[in-house]
Amino acid sequence: MLILTCPYCGVEADETELAPGGEAHLKRATVGDSDEAFEAYLFDRANPKGVHFERWRHAYGCGKWFLAARHTVTLEVYGTYKAQTPEPTKEIVAAIKKRLPEWEGRG
Amino acid sequence: MKRYSAFAIAREALRYHTGWERAWGNPEPKKRYDVVIVGAGGHGLATAFYLGKNFGITNVAVIEKGWLGGGNTGRNTTIIRSNYLQDPSAAIYEKSRSLYETMSQDVNMNVMFSPRGVIMLAQTHHEVRGYERTAHANALQGVDTTFIGPEKVKELVPIINIDGPRYPVLGGLWQPRGGTARHDAVAWGYARACAGMGMDIIQNCAVQGVETEGGQVKAVNTTKGRIECGKLALVVAGHSSDLAEMAGFRLPIESVALQALVSEPIKPCMDVVVMANTVHGYMSQSDKGEMVIGGGTDGFNNYTQRGSFHHIEETVRALVETFPMISRLKMLRQWGGIVDMTGDRSPIISKTPVGNIFVNCGWGTGGFKAIPGSGWAMAELVAKGEPGPLAAEFGVDRFREGRFIDESVAAGVAH
Ligand SMILES: Cc1cc2nc3c(=O)[nH]c(=O)nc-3n(C[C@H](O)[C@H](O)[C@H](O)COP(=O)(O)OP(=O)(O)OC[C@H]3O[C@@H](n4cnc5c(N)ncnc54)[C@H](O)[C@@H]3O)c2cc1C
Ligand SMILES: [Zn+2]
Repeated sequence: MLILTCPYCGVEADETELAPGGEAHLKRATVGDSDEAFEAYLFDRANPKGVHFERWRHAYGCGKWFLAARHTVTLEVYGTYKAQTPEPTKEIVAAIKKRLPEWEGRG
Repeated sequence: MKRYSAFAIAREALRYHTGWERAWGNPEPKKRYDVVIVGAGGHGLATAFYLGKNFGITNVAVIEKGWLGGGNTGRNTTIIRSNYLQDPSAAIYEKSRSLYETMSQDVNMNVMFSPRGVIMLAQTHHEVRGYERTAHANALQGVDTTFIGPEKVKELVPIINIDGPRYPVLGGLWQPRGGTARHDAVAWGYARACAGMGMDIIQNCAVQGVETEGGQVKAVNTTKGRIECGKLALVVAGHSSDLAEMAGFRLPIESVALQALVSEPIKPCMDVVVMANTVHGYMSQSDKGEMVIGGGTDGFNNYTQRGSFHHIEETVRALVETFPMISRLKMLRQWGGIVDMTGDRSPIISKTPVGNIFVNCGWGTGGFKAIPGSGWAMAELVAKGEPGPLAAEFGVDRFREGRFIDESVAAGVAH
């Protein structure tokens, strides 16, 4: 069972206590943007075999949205962090690099 | 290639089965093919089959990283139906269902197609309205379905509990021509027929890179070396984003795990397929007597071919409520497959930003039923470079244009 620590309330929550919310750090397309930009924002996904940044909600806990970095093949969790960050934090990038020195960053 | 027939069985019985040939070869890749298909699942193999059969293109290789049929084609619960809502879906799924009727003859291998009938239970008033609407749509599309009442459901499925406390059965969408087939035989039948046409099926060969030049495909790099190709078809289900990345584009796909399980074999007790979308479970009985059970997908991206255990619990709970007599049945095996989900729950059969690369993916939780129809449509796209009528609506550009083929209701439960 996947276990993530909620960065707000500190609870180590089973996946049954959490709601998955898809890829994180998507840049919202807005008025005046091209159809391609909307398509990319709404539908195109990295869906990597490897490190994935994703949104989760502590649905049956504090109710807050947070972010996680997780490996989609090994299911290893590198850490969780608060949602109010437009890019992966320095700490989370360091945690990934420590385990995967050859990781080239977000594609 | 010698034909399989009743006569062949008798002949081989008389000579102690010494005369059977290999069903397909184990060739080393050639330097170049007119068409390279990545992925020897049902869809990749059916594409190859119809390239040969409908278009006479036989300088074809199907490249598979594992063993053929070892992906979702060999992991699914084999439900075949065509009672979708939208016209483009009904067209391709009904074409596919009808091709299943003659597949054993077409590929000269018994695929055990069993049109035993499929019921989708309506357990809320919302579902009753939804399925009545689907039945009307199907009538206009020429797909044979009817909405039946709870008594008729009970008559078709004596082991069902129609007045459960939470979700009583209010009726069902009944497709008498739906059913099941033997999944491995579908892959093997196409593979043998393709080998018979002179195509190469190259197993244990992973594609690791795609070479392009001036926006056109040139070759693939594999664990068995570089293979040049005139055209390239990516038919790799849950691995589509990975292959697209090698070719330099993105797809509107997310890969998640879907699980299934089977029970110990029991005496015949249910001769139709029953799907319960509200409680999220479905069940049929295999010819061996096992109850074949499937449920929901995990909500997060995953490439492990293992799902989360709580989904099994949810599925079993739902089915025990629907079929109380299975409550003491022992489960024998459980497994997972990586399914390729699109936003509108409809597939992608499409050209791509790279010249002469074509994709067929996004069948998600429900593409076994679509194998022959999808292969038919994909072969036309690859052969002509432009989609024919079956594939036209399924282009990837529909996401940019907002032209969705919304099947989130018809595909309510994973199947
Ligand atoms: C548990 C479960 C139950 C299901 N139940 C049903 C059902 O009841 N009815 C229904 O209609 N559908 C069902 N489905 C969906 C159905 O199984 C799939 O839609 C269908 O089998 C997809 O076929 P495919 O040929 O596209 O993919 P696959 O059979 O997965 O084939 C893709 C192949 O590509 C290969 N590949 C991947 N990457 C590479 C690479 N880099 N190089 C070379 N080869 C590669 C893989 O090894 C694989 O063999 C179910 C799926 C699952 C998992
Ligand atoms: Zn919390």
